[in-house]
Amino acid sequence: MSMFDQQQRQAVMRTLQELRRGQSAKPGEQYGAPGNGSSLLLSCITVVAFLALWFAATNLGWVKPLFLPSPQAVWEQLIAVSQDGFADASLLAHIGWSALRVFSAFALAVLTAIPLGIMMGVNRVARGIFDPLVEFYRPLPPLAYLPLVVIWMGIGEGSKVLLIYLAMFAPLALSARAGVRSVAIEQIHAAYSMGASRSQVLRYVIMPAALPEMLTGMRIAIGFGWTTLVAAEMVAATAGLGFMVLSASKFMVTEVVIMGILVIGLMALLFDFAMRWLERRLVPWKGKV
Amino acid sequence: MSHSLKIHDVSVVYPSQQGGQPVTALTGVNLSIESGDFVVALGASGCGKTTLLNLMAGFIRPSSGALTLGDYRGQVPQMIEPNSQLRDQITGPGAERGVVFQKHALMPCLNVLDNVALGLKLRGVGRREREERAMRFLELTGLQDFRSHTIYQLSGGMQQRVGIARALTNDPHMLLLDEPLGALDALTRERLQELLLEIWQSTRKMMFFITHDVEEALFMGTRLIIMSPRPGRITHEFSLDFGRRFLECRDARAVKSMPDFIAMREQVLSIIHGDEEAA
Repeated sequence: MSMFDQQQRQAVMRTLQELRRGQSAKPGEQYGAPGNGSSLLLSCITVVAFLALWFAATNLGWVKPLFLPSPQAVWEQLIAVSQDGFADASLLAHIGWSALRVFSAFALAVLTAIPLGIMMGVNRVARGIFDPLVEFYRPLPPLAYLPLVVIWMGIGEGSKVLLIYLAMFAPLALSARAGVRSVAIEQIHAAYSMGASRSQVLRYVIMPAALPEMLTGMRIAIGFGWTTLVAAEMVAATAGLGFMVLSASKFMVTEVVIMGILVIGLMALLFDFAMRWLERRLVPWKGKV
Repeated sequence: MSHSLKIHDVSVVYPSQQGGQPVTALTGVNLSIESGDFVVALGASGCGKTTLLNLMAGFIRPSSGALTLGDYRGQVPQMIEPNSQLRDQITGPGAERGVVFQKHALMPCLNVLDNVALGLKLRGVGRREREERAMRFLELTGLQDFRSHTIYQLSGGMQQRVGIARALTNDPHMLLLDEPLGALDALTRERLQELLLEIWQSTRKMMFFITHDVEEALFMGTRLIIMSPRPGRITHEFSLDFGRRFLECRDARAVKSMPDFIAMREQVLSIIHGDEEAA
């Protein structure tokens, strides 16, 4: 055993111990908050690395184009489909129909599920009545009740919108309910002690307190909506991104499948950015009290 | 117009949880607070101070006994039978009883001014008037430069001052303060003690003030009640006039170093320590 070994071992032990301790926070950060710091650079690196891997795997012939077409081929298809269309509809029509279905279902769900969720939060009777219904159907996969929706609503737009609507309803209602329950009881007491009525407490205390959770619920719900889109467009659709992907898969046009997936992902991402912007505008106090 | 709040032989028993014994939080409490009274409650943790405040605020109902509010001119209201149904019985919170909470309980979605003016808004006072009145109390609490700040931008002491300004703006007959100055630095604390005394003197509002701090209790109150835990009850009551002396001489440190202040402080401390040893 030489002195050198001893010193080395001590240095390693010290490094290990430092790793086990928390690091002091930069000004403006909270010491010990989980996941401190910016992750933007790492995210960019992930995206670039992923694209590079895709490029290499396809251009170096690691996988056959039928299983995974190259990025260039997908890009060419994007240009081609946006100029000539695919399956008798232009790319804009596909996007438009899908967006119409998702956002009309979203609007309907926001207008119905959020009031119901608030009612379930503030009212014992409403909670008692609706809790078993919402909790039972919430975990069901939309594909399982798709046949039923088609039998009830036919194969028109109604069944598609209803399927997406149902997928969004539960997360919206549950988030509104959880938001209502998250309000600090002292704030409610304070409002009553200033002479507030029950409806004023709902309007001025409970609703603002529930808003952050409701916005999170909206982000989750729209995600469920895009998830359900392909299932909704399985039956008797003539346009739509989900329909486009499905018919492309029937003809083994893998480029269009991937292009459709990317377009759906991009639209969901854009909406999520918009929602995050709205969140910063509407609930700047989120996570700070 | 004179106001009063009377507590008639009140007890509060919390039902047993998971097979344990029911917990008696308060028993046999009688207290009568009139306009001009500054009642300070002192006692160890768990002696039912906050429960008593919650009863007065109307957040909880007594298990037995009754709390009544009175508005009367001159004549003394007759003693009322406990448990009888009374027109002026406290059945819930009301704007005539303002509360300042231990934690500020401000609305994070509103800025400082809107928080302070919220009570007036809830009661339909127009924007200009409610903001004028709110500004008056923001100036009193030294917050006029922070009117547009959001709540989470303020320090804990400032948040507490906003809470006090909010309760005062609503102009209640009675202020219920649950350790409002507990989290403040010594300087702000003394300033707010003096401010509360001045407001009490000029408005003759009924005050019910909970604290852990013996000096604060002696300095502020006209009446001091000492409470004892298990079961929570009032064990001692004293009349005080140190607050009035301060309002005459405006020298808090002189009042707090008077021989009878110090003697009183030692007496109260020994009562409280006696409680702790017994418990």
